[in-house]
Amino acid sequence: MRAAGGPPATAEEPLPDRQIALIDLLDRLLSGGVVLTGDIVLSIADIDLVRVSLNALIVSISEQNLSPWPAVTPLGDGHDR
Amino acid sequence: MTEAISYAYAVARDADGSLEEELSGLPGVADAPVHLVRTGHRGDVVVAVSPVPEQDFQEDALRAHLEDLDWLESVARAHHRVIEALAARTTVLPLRLATVYLDDERVRQMLDVRLEAFADRLSELAAHVEWGVKIYVEAPAADESPAEPSAEPDLSPGRAYLSHRRAQRHAREDAYREAEQAARHVEDAARGVAVDRVQHRTQQGELARGPGENVVNDAYLVPLEHAERFRTDVLRAAEGFPGVRVEVTGPWAPYSFATPAEAEPLKRAAP
Repeated sequence: MRAAGGPPATAEEPLPDRQIALIDLLDRLLSGGVVLTGDIVLSIADIDLVRVSLNALIVSISEQNLSPWPAVTPLGDGHDR
Repeated sequence: MTEAISYAYAVARDADGSLEEELSGLPGVADAPVHLVRTGHRGDVVVAVSPVPEQDFQEDALRAHLEDLDWLESVARAHHRVIEALAARTTVLPLRLATVYLDDERVRQMLDVRLEAFADRLSELAAHVEWGVKIYVEAPAADESPAEPSAEPDLSPGRAYLSHRRAQRHAREDAYREAEQAARHVEDAARGVAVDRVQHRTQQGELARGPGENVVNDAYLVPLEHAERFRTDVLRAAEGFPGVRVEVTGPWAPYSFATPAEAEPLKRAAP
């Protein structure tokens, strides 16, 4: 496995000049994506535990922790999930 | 290497059967080549898979590995590399990181069971991209700003201190107010183009480098034809707010929208 943190080691990288911030990637890979129960079962709760363990790095699994003010627009307007 | 098990990256549409060829030579997790699994019922919906060492992905090992940031990063970047390669050519439903099956046959069984749901979501997401929109407050935190002596020289040290702290607090409140305004502008601009939104946790901690405090971390689903307009509109809407920084990331494969919304979408497409 290639060294972590380095640029993609392959010429096949579609956008070779783009080194994506790991935190933006983890936002998507740990809380986005289709959740399937694979054969090696790490339950959603376990993934949350992973997030807790990475607390210093990623912080706060609270779904409510969206912004420091009450709401930018009424978020309870049923338009968001 | 011990036994290999199957790491599943994504479900994708393979309309003309050419996708596998496109993936040849692309290293996945653990640098293994990626291939496609399909069912006999419907060959145009496939799962991208590669073998990974069982020893690294057994439950206990996986749990431990996921807490190792270097390991996590190498898997995350490999996962993303495969998703990007697929998304450059077709519609893709990324799977959650580290979705692992005992073998390809188990992947096929899973695909068989969920085929229709996957096909429906792939159709809904066809020709859409995800953009990330992050808003930062850049004003210095109260205890970071330089301790200027009070402008009023006749104040006692105690009163001067309080006056100074009050000014700092006001500056910070102003910055949040600006950010809130900026967020409204940005959201209005984004809603003009996007069809759905997901709000991620705001980014904090060591990995959240870059100046300022992240106060908005949203993902928007945008029709491909309006992708550039989305970025332009959002960045324009963000202009003119001192102390506030808006970042647009992407375009991403629709990671944040792989599972259909349970609530109403932001804006329904015309029927």
